[in-house]
Amino acid sequence: MNIVVCVKYVPDATGDRRFNDADHTVDRVGVDGLLSELDEYAVEEALKIVEASDGSEGEVTVLTVGPEQAADAIRKSLQMGAHKGVHVLDDAIHGSDAAATSLLLAEAIKKVGAESAWDLVICGMASTDGSMSVVPAMLAERLGVAQVTFGSEISVTGDMVSIRRDGDTATETVEASTPLVLSVTDQSNEPRYPSFKGIMAAKKKPVETWSLADLGVPAEQVGLAAAWTKVDASAARPPREAGTIVTDEGDGAARLVEFLAGQKFI
Amino acid sequence: MAVERLLPSEEAYDLLALTRDICAERLAPRAAADEAAERFPRDVFTLLGQSGLLSLPFAEEYGGGDQPYEVYLQMLEEIAGAWMSIGVGVSVHSLSSYAVSTHGTAQQRKDLLPDMLGGSQLGAYCLSEPQAGSDVSGIRTKAVRDGDAYLVNGVKAWISHGGHADFYLLFARTSDDAKRGLSTFHVPADLAGLSFGPPEKKMGLTASSTTQVIFEDVRVPADRLLGAEGDGMRVALSALDSGRLGIAACAVGLGQAALDVAVRYAGERQQFGQPIGEFQGLQFLLADMAAAVESARATYLHAARLRDAGRAFSRAASIAKLVATDAAMKVTTDAVQVLGGYGYTREFPVERYMREAKVTQIFEGTNQIQRMVIARDLLRRVTAEA
Ligand SMILES: Cc1cc2nc3c(=O)[nH]c(=O)nc-3n(C[C@H](O)[C@H](O)[C@H](O)COP(=O)(O)OP(=O)(O)OC[C@H]3O[C@@H](n4cnc5c(N)ncnc54)[C@H](O)[C@@H]3O)c2cc1C
Ligand SMILES: Cc1cc2nc3c(=O)[nH]c(=O)nc-3n(C[C@H](O)[C@H](O)[C@H](O)COP(=O)(O)OP(=O)(O)OC[C@H]3O[C@@H](n4cnc5c(N)ncnc54)[C@H](O)[C@@H]3O)c2cc1C
Repeated sequence: MNIVVCVKYVPDATGDRRFNDADHTVDRVGVDGLLSELDEYAVEEALKIVEASDGSEGEVTVLTVGPEQAADAIRKSLQMGAHKGVHVLDDAIHGSDAAATSLLLAEAIKKVGAESAWDLVICGMASTDGSMSVVPAMLAERLGVAQVTFGSEISVTGDMVSIRRDGDTATETVEASTPLVLSVTDQSNEPRYPSFKGIMAAKKKPVETWSLADLGVPAEQVGLAAAWTKVDASAARPPREAGTIVTDEGDGAARLVEFLAGQKFI
Repeated sequence: MAVERLLPSEEAYDLLALTRDICAERLAPRAAADEAAERFPRDVFTLLGQSGLLSLPFAEEYGGGDQPYEVYLQMLEEIAGAWMSIGVGVSVHSLSSYAVSTHGTAQQRKDLLPDMLGGSQLGAYCLSEPQAGSDVSGIRTKAVRDGDAYLVNGVKAWISHGGHADFYLLFARTSDDAKRGLSTFHVPADLAGLSFGPPEKKMGLTASSTTQVIFEDVRVPADRLLGAEGDGMRVALSALDSGRLGIAACAVGLGQAALDVAVRYAGERQQFGQPIGEFQGLQFLLADMAAAVESARATYLHAARLRDAGRAFSRAASIAKLVATDAAMKVTTDAVQVLGGYGYTREFPVERYMREAKVTQIFEGTNQIQRMVIARDLLRRVTAEA
């Protein structure tokens, strides 16, 4: 089974995340970034599926749309065990919205498919920066294949994929046949760490870099100017104010209740 | 705060990134609880082995990473900063594997090393005895050839990983010769006659077990002898030079961890209407702590680079061990001072760091012994030049 995994390079959530003052896009240049943690589950799921299929003919291709440093997200995925990488990189892509991102991903996936057919596209449940959870659905639409999102347990038999989806009120199990776009949750597996061997092996794995021209996508269809919606203003959230410390002098419980009631929590 | 490092290759940066991830996600969150419960974290060594982090300084053909010592030690520093017992454990394990790697036959290396480097075989290093600490020539544990085996009797003391290790690297007396009386053996943990004393009740490193290892008529197969009979002292001393660098790196990691806690606290804690970090009296303390940690790091890295270049590094290793462990003691003590009364409680990690720092001045050659090694080397050079 050949699988394409879409991975996003995002600003490190433990660091200082900022918006760019000029165009209110996420500042991706001056900040430390990494492979979106939620996309590690997608990579792990793909590796598990390929490893489980006997003969192990299958390959995992990781695909990212992003700036120069997004190559780090590909490298990390290759270190975990993916076989090859594709990086869609072009200055004109800056500021792209989800619609444009999904267009680029779809065209890149078609190009991957022209070389060797894919069976599954696996995405994370959401990016950890934009977190709209819409790209997988848009992607399926553009590729004209079925989509099953938020899979928490995946099993593959032949070309049938069985997916458990945990909702708020019920759990359902959906079956779909390949080709298919799937997104997986953080309950689906436990992503592996790269190993030293994986780090060394990754250095020799092929990574292709494709521009808009390579994909045949006109520059007018992507980037900030083409976005359907536009962010007009952004402001950093004010720093959190110091909390209230209640020292228990026999009346602790009463004062807690008073505080919670005052905040309309109870 | 992430330490800024100059590393020799791109893969080394990736290795350090992997180490930091594992430390932050799998080590740091449970260190305090396992230390308090005195729980030996065997599974952590398995994880490190699977990730290849126990293999770095060893040859590729035996499953090693072929990495220079400067990379291995910086990885070790990160691990010790997250959890000192694990850092020390990795150093001890590497020391035990090192003897097999440098003195084993091709067959022994092929049979033994892959499982050691992969983390399924955890090692312990049995040199010290109750009466033979700084002076290893006082070793009494005897190994007597008996057919196809050696019959071993004696008591080893202070053995890290005692009772938990899968193999024990043993130094025992095979003759009374002053120079060539010791030999080295690889002893599997399941041999009959091997037993362990109760865990020592220690001041720190409480998640790491330290026990006596008792040999009563243990038959160690003769093919478990490493090197020739009588090579033991040479094996022990060469391993110790590298082991001292390991402890130096661990001490720097511990000092860095203490400094990080102190700096963060100084920015948050308010007294007299301002953060305590605004007081010059405290700033000087923090600055001296940083200077101690960073100069200790530079010192062990210099020794490591000498080793990587194939030059003599014994004196540099002793200097690094001395400087780094004294720095760790000072910096962890000062970190408690920065945190005031809170630092003295178990709510914060710095009192534990301080307890953990103390032993680094004692094991792997006390700091008095390091000074002896350094001075002897200096004086030998003078005599040689005269
Ligand atoms: C400050 C800010 C301003 C924005 N401005 C606009 C705007 O003006 N108009 C607008 O429409 N949108 C805007 N966006 C949305 C932004 O461009 C989206 O982040 C992006 O297009 C993808 O959507 P997402 O990150 O929410 O992905 P999600 O749908 O949450 O991602 C789900 C999965 O899709 C895959 N995926 C997503 N992105 C990529 C990628 N680049 N490469 C590979 N795989 C990927 C991953 O597998 C991921 O787990 C803005 C976002 C921010 C934070
Ligand atoms: C937690 C822990 C883990 C350990 N793990 C191991 C292990 O895994 N394997 C192992 O083999 N050993 C291990 N040891 C033992 C350790 O290496 C010894 O404790 C150390 O070598 C010192 O020996 P000693 O305790 O007998 O002290 P002694 O040698 O009795 O020294 C007592 C004091 O005398 C000083 N002194 C001794 N000789 C001189 C001299 N010539 N000049 C000046 N001062 C001198 C010392 O510096 C020290 O201050 C461990 C010890 C501890 C505490």
